Amino acid sequence: MRAEDDRKALEKEVKRWEASTLRNALESLPERRKEFVTTSSRPVRRLYTPLDLDGKADETRVGKPGEFPFTRGIHPTMYRGRLWTMRMFAGYGSAEDTNRRFKYLIAHGETGLSVAFDMPTLYGYDTDQPEAKGEFGTCGVAVSSPEDMRLLFHGIDVGQVSTSMTINSPAAVIWAMYLAAAEERKVPWSKLRGTIQNDILKEYQAQKEWIFPPEPSMRLVVDTFEFGSKQVPQWNTISISGYHIREAGATAGQELAFTLANGMEYVRWGVERGLRVDDFAPRLSFFFNAHNDLFEEIAKYRAARRIWAREMRDTFAAKNPRSWLLRFHAQTAGVSLTAQQPEVNIVRTTVQALAAVLGGTQSLHTNAYDEAYQVPNEAAARIALRTQQILAHESGVANTADPLGGSYFLEALTDELEDEAYQYFDRIQDLGGVIPAIRKGFFQQEIANSAYRYQREIEDKERVIVGVNDFVVDEQPEVEPLRVTEASLKAQVERLRRLRRTRDAKKHEHALDRLRKACEGDENTMPFILDAVRAKATLGEVIDVMREVFGVWEEPLLY
Amino acid sequence: MPKKIRVLIAKPGLDGHDRGAKVVARALRDAGMEVIYTGLRQTPEDIVEAAIQEDVDAIGLSCLSGAHMTLFPEVVKLLKKRKSGDILVAGGGIIPEADIPKLKKAGIKIVFGPGTPLRDIVAFFETAGKGA
Repeated sequence: MRAEDDRKALEKEVKRWEASTLRNALESLPERRKEFVTTSSRPVRRLYTPLDLDGKADETRVGKPGEFPFTRGIHPTMYRGRLWTMRMFAGYGSAEDTNRRFKYLIAHGETGLSVAFDMPTLYGYDTDQPEAKGEFGTCGVAVSSPEDMRLLFHGIDVGQVSTSMTINSPAAVIWAMYLAAAEERKVPWSKLRGTIQNDILKEYQAQKEWIFPPEPSMRLVVDTFEFGSKQVPQWNTISISGYHIREAGATAGQELAFTLANGMEYVRWGVERGLRVDDFAPRLSFFFNAHNDLFEEIAKYRAARRIWAREMRDTFAAKNPRSWLLRFHAQTAGVSLTAQQPEVNIVRTTVQALAAVLGGTQSLHTNAYDEAYQVPNEAAARIALRTQQILAHESGVANTADPLGGSYFLEALTDELEDEAYQYFDRIQDLGGVIPAIRKGFFQQEIANSAYRYQREIEDKERVIVGVNDFVVDEQPEVEPLRVTEASLKAQVERLRRLRRTRDAKKHEHALDRLRKACEGDENTMPFILDAVRAKATLGEVIDVMREVFGVWEEPLLY
Repeated sequence: MPKKIRVLIAKPGLDGHDRGAKVVARALRDAGMEVIYTGLRQTPEDIVEAAIQEDVDAIGLSCLSGAHMTLFPEVVKLLKKRKSGDILVAGGGIIPEADIPKLKKAGIKIVFGPGTPLRDIVAFFETAGKGA
């Protein structure tokens, strides 16, 4: 009764405000626009009050940090205990080039590594294969062999630092190279910490770095879950990624919904393999975008944690609280960077990074201001890292858990995003699940539609992008170029040829034969991939074997 | 009724970033052109073959991976070899300013960087119909 009376009193109070104070204000100064919307075109009301929560924001939905449903964060103390990991995505040219960049970033205070691979590596081609022509090292580092992997981490203590690797279709192979390199350096696998992205579903939906069809790809993913849970217990065997879904054009709600739908699909596949959910779920991690709209982004992270905790506990019957935790990495929105007045990107990135921190991220990459032109140069990468350090040490936002929790606006947005996600879950289920929906082009079309609408809004100036469709200046931007050298390419090709010349040919052939048989059967492929890598097989050679057995994916064409 | 302008939107090389290519394809279609989208991972040979088969007036190449200096000129070269040098070729993507004059010299008519208004891109492809 009491709550009902309070609500009525509040309704009355809001009506009074609308009829008096607000009306007078609108008469003297009308609002700037008819409708206010978020970056994702979600309508935003003039004022939020407890009425917008309507009993939803009770303790069971919001809770306390470190407790179910983790809306306010996964740790009780959040950044008071430990700051997020400052993990700068880096890679260009050869392993030596990128190793230098890693050491530069570590010297300037980054606290975790993150490897960007070049296109041939992402597609499982060696640098000297014809398909790789022109693509060596341009948007990441080329890793064609265990030898490249060794050089990439030369002089870096892999038993200490955690390493994230953005690699998907060939994830098992690249991971095997990392494991083999650690083995060679006598670092036990039990000490290794890091993440392979390994999220193939979003490749079909958005990032498009696929090789094999969905079923064998999912098998490889579950192979890594199974292998990792037994042999590399501190490793995150997947980073279920909304980042690329968003970059390809999705709204915040679509990013949230598709990512979590994919996450649940991986859990289903793991369970169907016969794994116990609590054996692998604690090593599932996530990766989200941090776009321009501060509150919408924060709400997205909070909704994600709440949905995941509930689904893992109630739908998948996970008993270990660690299985309920949605731990995530965030990256500021590459797609928001402008080629016009590029230095202004530093400000955009700051706002986006702030959203990730206020949303409780575990790890963060901040983009450099020159990335609408190229892979960042050193100076630009350092400013990006400094942006995080300012948020951590100067802004004060890391002093308390979930600082915006309880804001009527934020809690209402969190609820709305959660509702939108569940609506999408139903639609995906109606299409037969995630993989059938991929085959029908559902996600791809939803994303393309959102991308087109966003672009039209910019064209029609319904949306202002500073420096692009307003506040424009006529000047030639100056960006210090970063170039991959011919010398790096030559050295890389020479290294590959030497490796093929000097390895034990018999051992190599035998390992690839055994791998082929494992792929044809239903054994876990990881031990065979590891043996192939130990026998100095290159990435291209291993993937060629798999491509022959598994076939290749052809995507539905649409725009 | 004038013949509809036919445009091939193509993704050369390994680059998977298809947001821009798809948005442009849709804008050209909305502007009344016939658009053929190749999909991803096309070699310059694939693209030239498709352009000739589809009898297009122009090709729009999109590349964000940094391989444009190898792949874009190759398309123009192959078109000439196939006596189809009259097909206009435009490029777009993450392309450093310093590369633009070189691409133009290699026969790429125009390069659209990030932030280019769709109306500018549509206007360019409309000129492709005039020569036909």
